[in-house]
Amino acid sequence: MIGRPPAGSAHRGALIDGQAPTVSRFARAVPPVTTLLASLLTGVLPIVADAPALPPFGLLVVLGWRLLRPELWRAWMALPLGLADDLLTGQAPGTAMAGWTIVFLVLDVVDERFLFRDYMLDWAIAAVAICVCIIGALLASGQTIAQLPLFLPQMALSILCFPLVERLCAAIDRWRLRQ
Amino acid sequence: MAPPKHRRPGFSRRAQYGLFAGYVIATIGVVIALVSVAIWRLDPTAFALVRGVALDATAPFSAAGAAVTRGLSSGAAEVGAYWNAGARNRQMMDDMAAMRTALIQARADRFENARLKRIVRLVDRTPQTVVATRIIGSTASGTRRLATIAAGSSSGVRPGQPVRSGEGLVGRIFETGRGAARLLMLTDTGSTVPVRLVRNGLPALASGNGDGRLRIRALIAGENPFRRGDLLVTSGTGGVYPPGIPVAVITGADALTPLARALADPDRTDFVAVQAIYAPEAAAPPPGLPTTGAAAPAVTGAQ
Repeated sequence: MIGRPPAGSAHRGALIDGQAPTVSRFARAVPPVTTLLASLLTGVLPIVADAPALPPFGLLVVLGWRLLRPELWRAWMALPLGLADDLLTGQAPGTAMAGWTIVFLVLDVVDERFLFRDYMLDWAIAAVAICVCIIGALLASGQTIAQLPLFLPQMALSILCFPLVERLCAAIDRWRLRQ
Repeated sequence: MAPPKHRRPGFSRRAQYGLFAGYVIATIGVVIALVSVAIWRLDPTAFALVRGVALDATAPFSAAGAAVTRGLSSGAAEVGAYWNAGARNRQMMDDMAAMRTALIQARADRFENARLKRIVRLVDRTPQTVVATRIIGSTASGTRRLATIAAGSSSGVRPGQPVRSGEGLVGRIFETGRGAARLLMLTDTGSTVPVRLVRNGLPALASGNGDGRLRIRALIAGENPFRRGDLLVTSGTGGVYPPGIPVAVITGADALTPLARALADPDRTDFVAVQAIYAPEAAAPPPGLPTTGAAAPAVTGAQ
């Protein structure tokens, strides 16, 4: 998927008009469950950090799925996933809910405009989405934009982590469609 | 990458309506989410119940993970201790010789202190400890510096209570679940603690800098009272934080608002104590008022 056109049966699980008769219930449950697990991981890692250090894994995984399989989810799917992320990671309720859904809506427009994208463009889109979501969370938690320099390392780490997460999503995608 | 199919539903009326309804739901959801952020900013206790339930649900995972990391790091420390045993032993012997004299001095000071307190009849109101527990995690990727502890409202933990470790102040309770609670660490930009300099008792404010350090602001104008290495303890002004808890050591040489390092490093702190909210209003009555019980006859009898 990354850097080259999808091969063979990679599109077997594509949702056409929201219905996927050929894909099992299990294969449909995998993407939301992996997103939830990533949010949970962010919330429960036993690291006590003095500064925002770790990338928001839930956001990375949700972006990975959305860019890898644009046909998988409608835009409203970000609402329950974002709500779960807010509750699991303890940030201001509604932050990820609003941020992720806005990202999904914008990505629907992007899908219309850039019909044929390559890997680097996907990464750039993900980088912008990550920055927007982190700044949004910063403002939602009652801090000012003057504190942005504190979050730059986290943003850089998240952007660098994104290709890894997308690889992971692609591997999980192949595995779930083989089941 | 080829464009996805489902954004163009074709001539099917049903598919067109479905697509449109999806966007309507998403937009309404965004509005609801933004409203809930606004509500939470105005009243952080608004979602306390549902957030507490989520906190309780995730705390066992954190606690299990914390036990594993603690085991790994203590294992590494054991190996290191064997490696350094000889050098450490010599160093400890030297330290002990130095400490012995300091201990004698401290005993004398304690006796003197107790005697002076008896003279001025100062009531030492040490706030009681609500519960002693472990730090099991934090929101390492979040925008707020919150840590999770393994005790909640069922142990008497309430929002606002100060939390300290053996080294110093850690923060105060932010929200609680039944069996776990989140505390706002000193280093969060929303945390401000009234402190005083141990060297000369000057009052100051220690606010979080967001990057693991504290920013110290003096409350008096005039010459710069801070020196590198100065120790800061809580002053107890305004309540909440009881006086005399070590807070930070000044590390920066910046003249007006130096940076300081918190004494309690939450990453290396395992046990913390949640304390009752300190209320200076309820302090000992001023001298001259009639006292109750056995004290009053004793005084009159002496006269």
